[in-house]
Amino acid sequence: MEMPRPDPAILARKARVVARLQEVLPDDAVIHDVAETKAYECDGLAAYRCPPMVAVLPRDTEEVSAVLRICHEEGVPVVPRGSGTSLAGGALPTADSVILGVARMADVLEVDYDDRLIRVQTGRTNLSVTGAVEADGFFYAPDPSSQLACAIAGNIAMNSGGAHCLKYGVTTNNLLGVKLVLMDGTVTELGGGHMDAAGLDLLSLICGSEGQLGVVTEATLRILPKPEGARPVLMGYDSSEVAGQVVSDIIKAGILPVAIEFMDRPCIEACEAFAKAGYPMCEALLIVEVEGSDAEIDAQLGLIKQIAAKHNPVELREAADAEEAGRIWLGRKSAFGAMGQINDYMCLDGTIPVSELPLVLRRIGEMSKEYGLGVANVFHAGDGNMHPLILFDANKPGDLELCEAFGADILKLCVEVGGCLTGEHGVGIEKRDLMNVQFAPEDMAAQMAVKDVFDPQWLLNPAKVFPLETSAPHRRVAAE
Amino acid sequence: MRPETEDAVAAQIAAAKGPLRIEGGGTRPIGRPVDGDVLSLAGLSGITLYEPGALTLVAKAGTPLAEVEAALDAERQMLAFEPSDMRRLLGTEGVPTIGGVVACNVSGPRRVSAVGACRDSLLGVRFVDGAGTVLKNGGRVMKNVTGYDLTKMMCGAYGTLGALTEVSLKVLPRPDAAVTVTIAGLDAGRAVAAMSAALTTPFEVTGAFYGPFGDGGTLHLRVEGMEGSVAYRAGALVKELAAYGAATVESDGTATLWADIRDMAYLAESACVTRTALRPSQAAAFIAAVDEGAEATHYLDWGGGLIWSGLDVGAGDAVSVMHGAAARLGGHTTVVKAPEDLRRSVPSFQPQNPTVTALSEGLRAKFDPRGILNPGVMT
Ligand SMILES: Cc1cc2nc3c(=O)[nH]c(=O)nc-3n(C[C@H](O)[C@H](O)[C@H](O)COP(=O)(O)OP(=O)(O)OC[C@H]3O[C@@H](n4cnc5c(N)ncnc54)[C@H](O)[C@@H]3O)c2cc1C
Repeated sequence: MEMPRPDPAILARKARVVARLQEVLPDDAVIHDVAETKAYECDGLAAYRCPPMVAVLPRDTEEVSAVLRICHEEGVPVVPRGSGTSLAGGALPTADSVILGVARMADVLEVDYDDRLIRVQTGRTNLSVTGAVEADGFFYAPDPSSQLACAIAGNIAMNSGGAHCLKYGVTTNNLLGVKLVLMDGTVTELGGGHMDAAGLDLLSLICGSEGQLGVVTEATLRILPKPEGARPVLMGYDSSEVAGQVVSDIIKAGILPVAIEFMDRPCIEACEAFAKAGYPMCEALLIVEVEGSDAEIDAQLGLIKQIAAKHNPVELREAADAEEAGRIWLGRKSAFGAMGQINDYMCLDGTIPVSELPLVLRRIGEMSKEYGLGVANVFHAGDGNMHPLILFDANKPGDLELCEAFGADILKLCVEVGGCLTGEHGVGIEKRDLMNVQFAPEDMAAQMAVKDVFDPQWLLNPAKVFPLETSAPHRRVAAE
Repeated sequence: MRPETEDAVAAQIAAAKGPLRIEGGGTRPIGRPVDGDVLSLAGLSGITLYEPGALTLVAKAGTPLAEVEAALDAERQMLAFEPSDMRRLLGTEGVPTIGGVVACNVSGPRRVSAVGACRDSLLGVRFVDGAGTVLKNGGRVMKNVTGYDLTKMMCGAYGTLGALTEVSLKVLPRPDAAVTVTIAGLDAGRAVAAMSAALTTPFEVTGAFYGPFGDGGTLHLRVEGMEGSVAYRAGALVKELAAYGAATVESDGTATLWADIRDMAYLAESACVTRTALRPSQAAAFIAAVDEGAEATHYLDWGGGLIWSGLDVGAGDAVSVMHGAAARLGGHTTVVKAPEDLRRSVPSFQPQNPTVTALSEGLRAKFDPRGILNPGVMT
């Protein structure tokens, strides 16, 4: 992946930039020692690494604003960072950049149950948002698998999803407001506790803008009362076509489960070996979860099991109690970990129309043979968000490149059948050079026009999202 | 102008010499009146894709809302955000279009539930910007974070950033059953407290509305879903809300009641109508601030998060008071109905802070460099 060459003039100003940052931040919040900046050299896409020039860890909005003002004046690029779990290289530094980490900003600022919202500093982890309201019977709905580690900051920047978004939506559907610091240090609020925008919906632009429009320091999030209960049912089928048909039939029957998860044979085998969840060995496994009171769950699962039974399942198992429910989820939740045990893997994130599932799975299988690399599929079937895991050997020369080429082909296929490159992980650097597959030049120009408005100098999170040759004219104008 | 293809829309915008008034069905003349040639999108009509099993529908912008809803109804599905038909309230004629609904982010009572607003159901758009360039963003799949989200930005931009030509929407199964739980004799403050109490239960309330009906005022809550589940949850709510008064549960009339609420039929006689969005807990304070200086009738939807206010003629000062109060309480007021002279002299939309104003103007300058798309409509 090509990154822009670091600007020697900026590197030459390092001492001055550090000194100025130290004037506005506590000493331990400015990290400039070469050995220590290494801790920020990569995010969850660990194949790409580059230590930043400096990393800063401000404690509040005022400090963020002061940092950005200085970087703006000095012309130094800034890479915002939450917990560094991005799988797309969204928080990958450039050598001449300042990493602005919000990890020290993790306070809960307000909880209001009557208005059903919580206001937090964005360094707070996803799970600890729910943690703050759980005892009172509430939760924050978007639940990325990385929720123990990832921060609300990154969730907003990537518009992260989770297993339960079929019913509750993704981050953007649960975000009511932000405090935003623009690259020149200007602080503003977008949205708030109310439910729609006063004018143009700028809040929705910020969510999913991958840290390129401003630094989000505070967020107002919608919280929901916890359902009375939830229960999963597990079903196994001999072919993924049939499993796809079951998903479609459930939805057409008017039932809206909170989650429909899909795993194929390689994934089932790996999870079984790792977590011993008691999964049946078959071509396709579905976990369908519904919510409500016991009676409501019985009624919904009754319908779902009827539909499932019509398609001759090799297994159809409803969780009898919480322990069994836990076991059904155990395998799915450890899927990535399980794959990691047996192999290096690359996790893709394309979305397809649900109806194209059988075709896409068949093509992935064929390509797997052509490339000679294994693939395991695990994904959110209700919304078509696929997570093919391509297995490769990081120690074998050429394997990573082969894997990336295979991944690109899968993503192109997703776009070809009417889907998109990324459903929840973001473009970052990983899918940057594939943007042309999904967008015409003028579509990208329209997006870059937004960047021009929010960050005219193009200093925020450089070299992400847009192919470098596509963004070059904008960056050139910005530099003048 | 009434082009029938996207390319024709692009050609006509590119060739435009002055301001254009972008219209769908012309049923929602909201904001500062635009003096310019009408560009009607009603000629771009038809559902281009509907996959019930994938919960997605794509339609050209000029497709009548009724056509979309009929197609969904045939598969027992619906636009979950319940777009209103504003003809009753505004006294307008014409045929509401799906593009107009999206351009105005029209969201009904279910906004208060997990369903969210129109923007939350919007998956993708095609549009023509002010230079006449055809653009697309988003797509037809439910999860998509590829590039910036211009899709939601277009939703509620009232045509000022581009003329929508096609929209792609997430749809949902239509509930089998619905009932209304009603409690009478509450003032606005108590009603909001009762609605908050209802909305913080796990019983999935999909409508929470209060109006000045009967003695004092009356609260309506809607519960929808499978038959047995609805009965169970409505019963549980009645118990939960016992402290607020005796509640009745009715299924008869539920559809009509919530259609009236959605369309705000109650204020059809008012010369001036505003919508104010703020935190539900601020609703009572807002109403008190307005009532100090003006004769107004208020209806509360979204659990108190949306206040519809009806005013009499000569409401210009009252609108300023509302903008002031909304700003102070952390929300905003939009004028949705007013005589044309009032819409010319008083801002229909809430004035915003200088940073947000500068960013918004910056975006308009990029997407509509000649300032010809509904210029000034959102002021
Ligand atoms: C094992 C594993 C499982 C995962 N599962 C899921 C999943 O189920 N669903 C899902 O959606 N994602 C998933 N992810 C991806 C990742 O966790 C999410 O993208 C997450 O939101 C990133 O959050 P973060 O705090 O780690 O952000 P970082 O990695 O630090 O940064 C991500 C992006 O956010 C920007 N950013 C960070 N802070 C700010 C700020 N304050 N202001 C503006 N921009 C900022 C960065 O510049 C970067 O572009 C998974 C990752 C891992 C490793």
